[in-house]
Amino acid sequence: MGFFDYFRSSRHKDNTAAVAKERLQIIVAHERGANRRHSPDYLPALKRELLEVVRRYVQVEQDQIKVHLDRDGDFEVLELNILLPDDESARVTVTTPSAPKPAR
Amino acid sequence: MAKIIVVTSGKGGVGKTTTSASFATGLALRGHKTVVIDFDVGLRNLDLIMGCERRVVYDFVNVINNEATLNQALIKDKRVESLYVLPASQTRDKDALHKEGVERVLEELKQSFDYIICDSPAGIERGAMMAMYFADEALVVTNPEVSSVRDSDRILGILASKSRRAEQAEEPVREHLVLTRYSPERVEKGDMLSVDDVMEILAIPLLGVIPESSAVLQSSNSGVPVVLDEQADAGIAYADLVARFLGEERSHRFLSVERKGFFKRLFGN
Repeated sequence: MGFFDYFRSSRHKDNTAAVAKERLQIIVAHERGANRRHSPDYLPALKRELLEVVRRYVQVEQDQIKVHLDRDGDFEVLELNILLPDDESARVTVTTPSAPKPAR
Repeated sequence: MAKIIVVTSGKGGVGKTTTSASFATGLALRGHKTVVIDFDVGLRNLDLIMGCERRVVYDFVNVINNEATLNQALIKDKRVESLYVLPASQTRDKDALHKEGVERVLEELKQSFDYIICDSPAGIERGAMMAMYFADEALVVTNPEVSSVRDSDRILGILASKSRRAEQAEEPVREHLVLTRYSPERVEKGDMLSVDDVMEILAIPLLGVIPESSAVLQSSNSGVPVVLDEQADAGIAYADLVARFLGEERSHRFLSVERKGFFKRLFGN
C-alpha cells in the first residue's frame, strides 16, 4: 500500500528531473559524509590509540575494534565497538603500578 | 609556469576525450603551446579523436621506460601550430604507469609547454589516479544524468584527498564543471537535470555547457576536434569554454533563453 504509493506519487512522469535531483542530493550527501572532505582525519589515529589502551588489559585483535562516525541531523555519533574475547586467558596481567588490578 | 590540467569524470562515455581534444586544440589556437596526453593505457583513443592514429610510433609508456625520447613520441598536430599529442600505449600491463615515471615525463614537458592536458580514463583505477595526481586544475566532465553526477562527486572527493596538492597540503586543485550533452528542450520538459541543478549538487564553478550535438559524432568520425568546426554549436561552445578558461568573460550560450538570463545574472558580473 503506502510503500508503492510513495514511488507512484514521486514519479510524476512530467518531472523526472526533479526526482533525479532529489535522489542525487540524498545519495551525494550520504557519500560525502562517509568518505570525503568532512570525514575527520583523526579517526585512524584514534582507533589505533584506543586499541593500544584496550590491549593493556585485554588481548584483542586489530580487526576486533570498529570505530564508526555517523551523522544524524545536527549531531554526530561516534560509535566504538570492541569485541572482547570470552576466553579468560586472553586477559593481560597489568604490571603498571598506577593501574588498577584486573578485576576477578 | 606550465599548468597541468586533468580532464576527468569517473563515469565513462561522458565526453572526456572529446573535451580533452577540443580544449587542447582551443588553447593551441589561442597561441599557447599545448600537449594533450592520453592516460588510458590499453584503450587508447585520443589519437583517433585527434586524427593522428596513423602517425603513432612511440607512446607515453615507451617514454616512461626510456625506450624513446619525448621528442620521438610527441606527435605534432598538422592543423594547429604549437599543438602536440602524446598517445597512450596499447599494453595490457596495468603497472605501466607509475608515479615516478609520470612525474619525470611531466617535469620534462613543463620545460617547453604552457599547458599539459591529461585525458583521464574512466573509473578510479591507476590510470585515472595518475592523470589526477599531479594536476593543478581539473575539468570535471559531467552529463546531466544521475550516474554521471554521482561519479563526478566521487571524483571531486578524490581530487580533494588523493591528489599531490592534497597530500602536500598545498592550495587545492582548482575545479571546473564542464556539462556536456546538454539538451535545453529536455530540461524544459522536466526530463533532464538543469545546469543549476547540477551546479547545486556538485557546488563547483561552471566553465562551460556543451549542447548535445550531431557535430560531435561527425567530428570524431573524421578525426577533427569539434572546436575546429566554427559553424557547429558544440564547436562554438568549446571555443567559449577555452576563452573563459583564459579569463575572458563570455555568457553561456545554448541554454534556454530564460536560463541564459538567469546565468547572466549569476555569472555576468
